[in-house]
Amino acid sequence: MFGFAIRRLLQAMIVMLVVALLAFTLFRFVGDPVNQMVGIETSIEEREALRERLGLNDPIPVQFFRFVTDAARFDFGTSYQFRQPVSDLFAKRIPATLELSFMSALFALVVGIPMGIYAGLNREAALSKLFLSVSLVGISLPTFFIGILLIFLFSVTLQWLPSFGRGEVVEVGSWWTTGFLTISGLKALVLPSITLGLYQMTLIMRLIRAEMLEVIRTDYIKFARARGLPDRIVNFRHALKNTMVPVITITGLQLGSIIAFATITETVFQWPGMGLMFLQAVQNVDIPIMAAYLLLTAFLFVAINFIVDILYFVIDPRLRIGRA
Amino acid sequence: MPLFGNEDVKAAVADRTPEASVEPRRSSMSAFLDSDIFHSFLRSKVTVAAALGTATLFLLALLAPWISPHDPFDLATLSIMDARVPPVWMEYADPRFLLGTDDQGRDLLSGIFYGMRISLIVGFCSVIAAAVLGISLGLVAGYMGGRVDAVIMRIADIQLTFPAILIALLVDGAARGIFGGIDREVFSFWILIFSLALSFWVQYARTVRGSTMVEKNKEYVQAARVIGIPSVIIMVRHILPNVTGPVLVIATINLALAIVTEATLSFLGVGMPPTQPSLGTLISIGNDFLYSGEWWIAIFPGLALALLVLNVNLLGDWLRDALNPKLR
Repeated sequence: MFGFAIRRLLQAMIVMLVVALLAFTLFRFVGDPVNQMVGIETSIEEREALRERLGLNDPIPVQFFRFVTDAARFDFGTSYQFRQPVSDLFAKRIPATLELSFMSALFALVVGIPMGIYAGLNREAALSKLFLSVSLVGISLPTFFIGILLIFLFSVTLQWLPSFGRGEVVEVGSWWTTGFLTISGLKALVLPSITLGLYQMTLIMRLIRAEMLEVIRTDYIKFARARGLPDRIVNFRHALKNTMVPVITITGLQLGSIIAFATITETVFQWPGMGLMFLQAVQNVDIPIMAAYLLLTAFLFVAINFIVDILYFVIDPRLRIGRA
Repeated sequence: MPLFGNEDVKAAVADRTPEASVEPRRSSMSAFLDSDIFHSFLRSKVTVAAALGTATLFLLALLAPWISPHDPFDLATLSIMDARVPPVWMEYADPRFLLGTDDQGRDLLSGIFYGMRISLIVGFCSVIAAAVLGISLGLVAGYMGGRVDAVIMRIADIQLTFPAILIALLVDGAARGIFGGIDREVFSFWILIFSLALSFWVQYARTVRGSTMVEKNKEYVQAARVIGIPSVIIMVRHILPNVTGPVLVIATINLALAIVTEATLSFLGVGMPPTQPSLGTLISIGNDFLYSGEWWIAIFPGLALALLVLNVNLLGDWLRDALNPKLR
């Protein structure tokens, strides 16, 4: 177990180094950093001075080393369009994205798991077929169009919920702002969370249904029924427990894509998170923000993958025995 | 697929496989009509419906210049007076425009036909580009083995942990930085294809690598090597034809994915420009008018996109299950 964790950690670090190399290439060679930072009236001497000060004349490996050490201290340089340190810009927007991601993951689990259990246990029921058809439509509708439909229905037509922004936010601590504590903040969370979580919800539902169908066919379930245990105990204590292993894995991995897909949802709902900022950076070729976002999401993905790998060992005892 | 098909019938049909392979070769068309795949196709009503739907939508897109009631690109026929006319069943409608018009007075129905055409062109081109890239890298990785294989597959592994849309956005942004000074209208199509191809090649590479590793140890490849045929020719002429089967399935499933990704990028403003609108661009234009009650500009292209993706998805799902021996 310990050796496995070390090996995984090493792999994760190599992945991060490769991604850092990519981000560095992006940062250094796409467009000229100096030209992006100065105005037209800056003289050539001043440009050269700036180039020297930024260390752009050093050998490339030295520059890369500096890029990595700076990034490790959350120093990603200055945004071309905002003229502010990239790390400050991200710090301001991270709470919005994390709250949105958390709510949509919660929505996906709370709605998806019961639907999956029901569809797995009552395979032929009309409601199960309805769930499956709806989920197929949900997978086929692009995220942004789901957002537009929800806005059209609940904001424009019924005028129940706001269609953009976070509502009123409350400051917690020195830099975290939360929308959980005000009515308008909670209302603003509803539509974006559903939009972002719908795909994950259908995925979890289909996964649990498929797992349930497989598990209830196994011998130990048949045996439990033969022993005369009540359905409730067989279904939940015996069957559901064993379907949870893949669900936890997939949920963990999906957490990463929720944060990535937040880019789209944040654009549709003008949600002031880091996805929206990243998209504006792509449109305006603001390379430092793009490079920082790449590193940040890569780190999240790698961290989540690592935790999921370790969780496997904790959850599934068979793996532990096999390795020992 | 447990979702729709009748597995028992499928299994019964599938049982006849060996016999079919013993029979002498007939023309490929009649062989296809009698194949397991065609039978399983006819057994599933949903699949037949999806195939018909897909064919209809493809035809509409293909014939857009001839069947559209208006030419949305002919500036001479556009009038700003016709802007934002609602669909015919609403008040203030104009019978010339069945689904209404957009903000520039372009007929929405014609716009959807043309938009679908552009979405499909981008979808097909990017699937082909991704397949070519993935197949080449997979062939090289599988045939060469060793270091080359390790490098290519590790890159694939790393990329697989990121969602495709994120990679497409990053490539798109970088390409914009590199081609910054050049006219966007001309290049956005190629940038789009390039970024979609770079986002979707991994699956092809993994599949082809796997089958290449099996094929390269077979006698015909060893024979070719012994008589001194160069590696490139062995890969392209000898191995490639034997590993392309599963690629077709991936391509079908990825077509829907490519169309959705293209629409998303266009919606986000980094895909096709408003002068050559794909379905995503049309939705993005309409999104600005959603709040003023002109819903049709965004909703109709969106429904067209959803219909297209749903049909292609259903077809792809069926194809995957029909060709998967495990499910038989």
